[in-house]
Amino acid sequence: MFYREAGDFKTSYRDDSQTFPIRFDRYRYYAVLVVALAVVPFFIDSYWANALLVPFLIYAIAAIGLNILTGYCGQVSLGTGGFMAVGAYACYKLMTAFPDVNIVLHIIAAGGITAAVGVLFGLPSLRIKGFYLAVATLAAQFFLVWLFNKVPWFYNYSASGQISAPERTVFGIAVTGPNTEAWAKYLVCLLFVVVLAWVARNLTRGSIGRSWMAIRDMDIAAEIIGVNPLKAKLTAFAVSSFYIGIAGALFFAVYLGAVEVGEAFGIQKSFLILFMIIIGGLGSIFGSFAGAAFLVLLPVLLKNVLVGTLGWPTDLAAHIELMIVGALIIVFLIAEPHGIAQLWRIAKEKLRLWPFPH
Amino acid sequence: MTMASAEPYVTEDGRTIGGVVMELKNITLRFGGVVAIKDISFDIREGEIRAIIGPNGAGKSSMLNVISGFYTPTEGEVWFEGKPRPKMRPYQVAQQGIARTFQNIALFSGMSTLDNIMTGRITRMRTGLFSQALWMGKAEREETEHRAAVEKIIDFLEIQHIRKTPVGRLPYGLQKRVELGRALAAEPRLLLLDEPMAGMNVEEKEDMSRFILDVNDEFGTTIVLIEHDMGVVMDLSDRVVVMDYGKKIGDGPPTEVRNNKEVIDAYLGVSHD
Repeated sequence: MFYREAGDFKTSYRDDSQTFPIRFDRYRYYAVLVVALAVVPFFIDSYWANALLVPFLIYAIAAIGLNILTGYCGQVSLGTGGFMAVGAYACYKLMTAFPDVNIVLHIIAAGGITAAVGVLFGLPSLRIKGFYLAVATLAAQFFLVWLFNKVPWFYNYSASGQISAPERTVFGIAVTGPNTEAWAKYLVCLLFVVVLAWVARNLTRGSIGRSWMAIRDMDIAAEIIGVNPLKAKLTAFAVSSFYIGIAGALFFAVYLGAVEVGEAFGIQKSFLILFMIIIGGLGSIFGSFAGAAFLVLLPVLLKNVLVGTLGWPTDLAAHIELMIVGALIIVFLIAEPHGIAQLWRIAKEKLRLWPFPH
Repeated sequence: MTMASAEPYVTEDGRTIGGVVMELKNITLRFGGVVAIKDISFDIREGEIRAIIGPNGAGKSSMLNVISGFYTPTEGEVWFEGKPRPKMRPYQVAQQGIARTFQNIALFSGMSTLDNIMTGRITRMRTGLFSQALWMGKAEREETEHRAAVEKIIDFLEIQHIRKTPVGRLPYGLQKRVELGRALAAEPRLLLLDEPMAGMNVEEKEDMSRFILDVNDEFGTTIVLIEHDMGVVMDLSDRVVVMDYGKKIGDGPPTEVRNNKEVIDAYLGVSHD
């Protein structure tokens, strides 16, 4: 009833192309932002932060990154875990080499380094497509993990082969290291998510985003109408890897604090994030959030229900949980191959007309 | 030849068209042992509608691909705006002001009509990655300017109602029209249309013919088109090139070509006795 475009007239192209053309959506978006920024930090405890919100936010960044490459530009990548590792190790090296520089700058610089590595591994995309490109990025995944395991310089010759984040502060508040408060972790990740999601939206609605989508939908036609495929593909790899690198840096420095590369950034991570964007919706920023939420929150929810409410043994619940998540993925993909974002879009279409059928 | 080619030219209908924009000189195109185009020369004049006709497999589409830079001729030169064109990537040819449509529609099916046509302006958009990432000032201004230009094309082609529809959902005739819009968005010097009326019914053909004539008339765009429908070709074009088995068998105004013996033989067949 209140979800209407009627009366909400657009009088300029600027208004017409805004992100949330319906007034209700706009208010809902502001409300979510206010709650996330100004309410949640006061109530968050370490369980909520570590089990749910922080991983959700970090995976959302990684999923947006992969969605830019795969969903918008059509280049399939299985190297996400490897690129997250680049972000994490770059951040670690920068943190330990320049302890006086602000950690936020280190995280951004880690994204920049990952972008350069991503462009390098994106070069094969100029010659190969589809599954073959996926295999080439798989090589990046295995090579990068191997590299960070084998070359002690990357983990500062520590005996365990792990990297662990020293304490760093922003405005006097610890955001990395063992003494970090839950709300500080949450807020750092949230700010990165808000800014990066906004930038992703800007990039995907302008001429760069259109050149990515043109390459995705029909690369030969795109080139003939004037899209430079080299530039389009490599910018997609760069931007995507920048996001994934920041996600990796946050995952290591803020979320886990200490990581072992094969365990934290193995091939499972690449698949996990690929599943997130497939379930959430390829070529949709909202879909990246939805997919990350689905795969981070659902297992925790199921565990709480099975163990907490129904009182099942933990090991049984863990197995059943995998089965339920797996089954739900299949159900979702059969019901809507274009992911949760498409379901959401259809729901909104229906809501706009409600209570009338058409 | 070069002196005369700069002179205007008066067509059969009494229209005056300009000097030579593009000249194809002794073009030969071979794929391995197959000769698709054999030593063809012709020119394209400013503001004209130039048709390329011929039976199936005559090499028309290959010729268009040579003009659009998708194929590099094995022998011969393409002269554009008075200069020989060096070997280029297709997107560089597009930057020179040559746009085209495709025989089998090649739209970006996941994008809306508006985005498809906006993509056609890619060669004219300049703002860089960082400016677009922040979407302030320059990037937004540029987007709005180009949106205004695209809206003119949308009005011109009468497709306002499908502005935000994903093109994959549109019927065939409208998709063809969106594709024309995408090519027009580049404001090309030379517009190449590969069978713009293939698979259309009479009404759709009439609409499309009108759009082609209007584009030529209102924007002064030089058009090269490939078409099978002889009636359409004879009505629309100022000059016609006829190809058969990769060779040029006729070149001139429609009435002259229609009465050319070789052309009639190629189209109607000839008895070998």
